[in-house]
Amino acid sequence: MERILFYLLAGIAIASAFMTVTTVKIYRAVLYLLFTLLSIAGIYFLMDYDFIGAVQLSVYAGGIMVLFIYTVMLTEKVGESMRKIALFRRLIAGITVLSLMILALIAIWKFDFQVSTSTQPLTVEQVGKSMLSYDKGGFILPFEVISVLLLAVMIAAIVIAKSKIQKTKES
Amino acid sequence: MIEGVSIQMILTFTTLLFFIGLYGFVTRTNLIGMLMSVELMLNSEAINFVAINMYLFPGKLEGGMFSLFILALAAAETALALAIILQVYKRTGSVDVKEVKELKY
Repeated sequence: MERILFYLLAGIAIASAFMTVTTVKIYRAVLYLLFTLLSIAGIYFLMDYDFIGAVQLSVYAGGIMVLFIYTVMLTEKVGESMRKIALFRRLIAGITVLSLMILALIAIWKFDFQVSTSTQPLTVEQVGKSMLSYDKGGFILPFEVISVLLLAVMIAAIVIAKSKIQKTKES
Repeated sequence: MIEGVSIQMILTFTTLLFFIGLYGFVTRTNLIGMLMSVELMLNSEAINFVAINMYLFPGKLEGGMFSLFILALAAAETALALAIILQVYKRTGSVDVKEVKELKY
């Protein structure tokens, strides 16, 4: 059952990811990206990482998609297609990416993973406690660093988005 | 651990996702399209961290924590990049990389 569910979610994710990078209508690309993110959240739930799945749903499928859709609406004309890429460029990029992918897949399937049999899912309680712990193996420092980073990004986004265009002299 | 799914299958899935994102990043000329490809790549890495933590080191927290920090960083990066894209659109009237070349030379 879980196996079928995994293959179904992975298939949806791969297919919509492929459509995201190939479709010429940018609205459709954003919606296909939403499907990919939703199926990735489903895979997190399958792996019993409930907290990360919930964060994925709220941050990605909720927040980032809204940002994307707003930016697309503010910058594109409705119904306009993106620039078509020349077949030659697509071919070169496809061959390069495909060969790199085959290399990575060979490396993955050759490597001898020491899979452990015990299972211990990550609970939300564990996450919260270790994120605020000062002890060995605690994550207080990255937590603080990322909060400072988020503050800096918030200020920077407001400043950049609000700044007026300066009329520079034409050279 | 997912019943009946080996770690190689999950890593194959994330590899496919990563290289689809890479393909999009190389071929797209629209700035928003390129940003979406980067999102795909970041997502596949986050799944990798979680899968390796779950299959090889159960009971440890590092992989899950790294995915959480990746999610936070991706959100920050997207917000900032979209603000920059809006500003670029205000200045040049386009979000195509072919027409944004003031910093190129």
